[in-house]
Amino acid sequence: MNTQHHPEHPLDSFLAVYSDSLKRLALNDSGFVFDPMSGQSFTVNPCGLELLKLMQKQADVTLIEQQILQEFAVSADVLERNFLEFSEQLRRYLK
Amino acid sequence: MKTNTKKIKQLTIAVTGMNARADNPGPGVAVARCLREVIGFTGKIIGLGYDVLDPGLFQTELTDAGYLLPYPSAGEDELLSRLDYIQQREKIDVLIPCLDAEILSLIHLQEQIAALGIKMLLPTETQLQCRNKDRLHQFANQIGIKTPEQTPITSSSFFYDCAKKGWTYPLVVKGQFYDAGIAHNPEQAVGLFHRIAAVWGMPILVQKLIEGDEVNLTGLGDGNGKLLGAVMMRKRAVTDKGKAWAGMTVHDAGLLNAAEKLVAGLTWSGPLEVEMMRDKHGDYYLIEINPRFPAWIYLAKASGNNLPWALLEILHQQPLSELTPPIAGTLFIRYAQETIVSLADFEAMMMNGERAVAV
Amino acid sequence: MTHTLKTWQKPSITPHQLGTLNKFGRPVGGDYVEKIDGVAVDDLLRDYGSPLFVLSEKRLRDNIRQLKRAFESRYQPVIHAWSYKTNYLNAVCATLHQEGSWAEVVSAFEYEKARALGVPASRILFNGPHKKRAILERCVKEGARIHIDNLDELYLLDAIARELDIFTSVTIRLNFETGYTEAWSRFGFNLESGAAFDAAIRIGNSSHLKLRGLHSHVGTFILDTRAYQVEVEKLCDFMELIEQQAHALIDSLDIGGGFASQNAVQGLYLPTEQVVPTMSQYADAICSTLITKTAQREAQGKPRLTLILESGRAVVDDAEVLISSVVGSKRLPDGRASYIMDAGVNLLFTAFWYNHKVKPTRSLQGIAEETVLYGPLCMNIDIVRQSISLPPLSVGDSLVISPVGAYNNTQWLQFIEYRPAIVMVHENGEVSVIRRAENLADINSFESLPDHLNGQFNFSE
Ligand SMILES: Cc1ncc(COP(=O)(O)O)c(C=O)c1O
Repeated sequence: MNTQHHPEHPLDSFLAVYSDSLKRLALNDSGFVFDPMSGQSFTVNPCGLELLKLMQKQADVTLIEQQILQEFAVSADVLERNFLEFSEQLRRYLK
Repeated sequence: MKTNTKKIKQLTIAVTGMNARADNPGPGVAVARCLREVIGFTGKIIGLGYDVLDPGLFQTELTDAGYLLPYPSAGEDELLSRLDYIQQREKIDVLIPCLDAEILSLIHLQEQIAALGIKMLLPTETQLQCRNKDRLHQFANQIGIKTPEQTPITSSSFFYDCAKKGWTYPLVVKGQFYDAGIAHNPEQAVGLFHRIAAVWGMPILVQKLIEGDEVNLTGLGDGNGKLLGAVMMRKRAVTDKGKAWAGMTVHDAGLLNAAEKLVAGLTWSGPLEVEMMRDKHGDYYLIEINPRFPAWIYLAKASGNNLPWALLEILHQQPLSELTPPIAGTLFIRYAQETIVSLADFEAMMMNGERAVAV
Repeated sequence: MTHTLKTWQKPSITPHQLGTLNKFGRPVGGDYVEKIDGVAVDDLLRDYGSPLFVLSEKRLRDNIRQLKRAFESRYQPVIHAWSYKTNYLNAVCATLHQEGSWAEVVSAFEYEKARALGVPASRILFNGPHKKRAILERCVKEGARIHIDNLDELYLLDAIARELDIFTSVTIRLNFETGYTEAWSRFGFNLESGAAFDAAIRIGNSSHLKLRGLHSHVGTFILDTRAYQVEVEKLCDFMELIEQQAHALIDSLDIGGGFASQNAVQGLYLPTEQVVPTMSQYADAICSTLITKTAQREAQGKPRLTLILESGRAVVDDAEVLISSVVGSKRLPDGRASYIMDAGVNLLFTAFWYNHKVKPTRSLQGIAEETVLYGPLCMNIDIVRQSISLPPLSVGDSLVISPVGAYNNTQWLQFIEYRPAIVMVHENGEVSVIRRAENLADINSFESLPDHLNGQFNFSE
């Protein structure tokens, strides 16, 4: 990971560190999430599931946000605020 | 008659209390087992529980489907709307509740539940309340059954000068609904008082400790004062928490006599468990009446009285086919076993609170 | 390109904890309160701001009528005296006085408030441990019924009655063990110790005081009706004793308040509807005991006792709600959702011992999760609900908190926030402001600034 300069987006560093852990999650459309490494299961709401799916596909925060903005009625500000909080939750649970 | 018995064998029966922590199982799994083992039974058994870890929800050998219910503290409306949902899927004919805390809600909801097409055999609210911990002694003493002397208190100062009033240690300190402990001195008593009051509120009940053997009886009240199918059991070994580990059917005339008086006095309707102590003088003291089958109900079936089945026959005005005088000396030994749950079933229970009938 | 966008919900993930509460009751989001007595919550907030207290005149009247009916169908005469401390908004008191309730006051302030509202002194019961000479003199002159709390008050009142030469009927307050409640032994004269008997004898010997009433209040939120049976028995036994031995002729028994409302006390395990007795059950316990215990007395030709009730909480609690809005959200380090509301314990004093019902004002989508609701104060104890299952909320969402009618509008704090408006929805659907929102001028109007402190502030650059 490049620590020379500040990340462009507050979520860049999150994705850099967690993208492997995110990929191992088993996601189900019911909102059931299973982490085979820890044996822990979760419930995620539909928009959270959407973000998880996008994060499993790629690690570029800007692209993920663009995708969401195209599909959902949400402002960039609100999305960023929500995404940040979501990443805090994931950090805690995927340690 | 034959066709009617056959009909009962095709019913869909919901049973609550599917919990079975290794050290303290609920009665529901045992009730389901009693029903499942009736020869020719082709009906369905629906397990109802409160926790994803209730094994009876997943045990296909006992239940055909499992559903979670809202906790009693969520209120009666929540319970009814959940039962309504389950009923639309399962077409339940009879509900057998197996946990103390749900009985009052079900009594209150009896009409609405009947309107859903579900039958229950329950005591009335008055019958139920007569056996509340803080009233039981009044009722029992009226009909000549002894209870350990008991007094409600609202201040822990009682424990420092109670000896003057004839209350000597050890004493039993109890909550109004649940929880109890034995105190050997004022300090322990005050500790119990505060711990129990914090959870269950005031007043706290203080009871004299009766030393002797605990004997239990289960049976069915027919609602007209008659006790049907009584089976008696004495614990032969207990776990470190005082729960039954092994127990044996007995025939104890004193216990039977007391239980018959209680059922007649209350005109009790439905299943019950009577817990009594027999002290060294051979006197019997009533400790508790539980408004449901006990966790050891399978012993009743094994010794000749399938009481859960008899309950179905009573509800359908059928002759009681599965009651024979129980044989004393039948032993049960309780053991733990692992139930295996697939990730899919676990997910279904976690996400939707149900494991529906497999097709 | 125009395609319809999907609705966004705040993303959220919750770990499964086994062996804890499940959420399988009513479908999530189904239960919400859009209107109060037919008036849209949104309109109320638009017109009067948030937070907002809303009283239902209809519910208040229904409650008091139901209480009266429950008792009067079993025993007569019955008087209900409105316990001002429970909620002394003029509109509330006036509604209840229109329904025939007397006033039960416990301080000079409450007495003055009742008089100013137009309640005649003869319809006021004056309770409480704090009554100074001036207010006692006024009560004696005006003819209010004083409930004597202690010996000092007894001697002072006796002196005042003699000085003014006014024959004064009085009531004494008693305390005792019921076996079902914690004895409120700091109020009134103790029965077991003989203090109550001594007080009755002392009044019997007075030339100007007449002991006409016995009163007790055995506690609040009483869930076991047997507490009242014991109370009535003890009051009646004591009455017989002093009628024989202290030249008293009792005209009324005042059994105080204490009936529970449909509110969930924290730590109470069973659902409220299973532990809170109905008004009929309270009335049954009280009236049947009273009838049995006074049968002999009536046979002797003594006048029938008036039964006085001071029920507060059970009359007003569910007639009022508090609407509060979300101003911020925060994910707590332990993973729980939390929201900052614009109303906290400053307005909702009863949040310290109740788990109030909290309902959204629209159908909420999403998965319910364990949530903490905080108030706006910078105090750690400012918590509206410690743990409640709610779907995700957004800033601006409003919640209806209920029941809040008892003790909040009298115990609220003006701590760092203005107290909001209180409106009453009338039976015809009209809405009146019955207490306007506070503003800076209101608060400052109590203060005066010494001249030399006015201005000339000396801030560094
Ligand atoms: C003397 C007296 N009467 C009546 C009340 C009203 O009680 P509640 O609101 O519990 O009915 C109180 C409350 O503390 C009281 O102290």
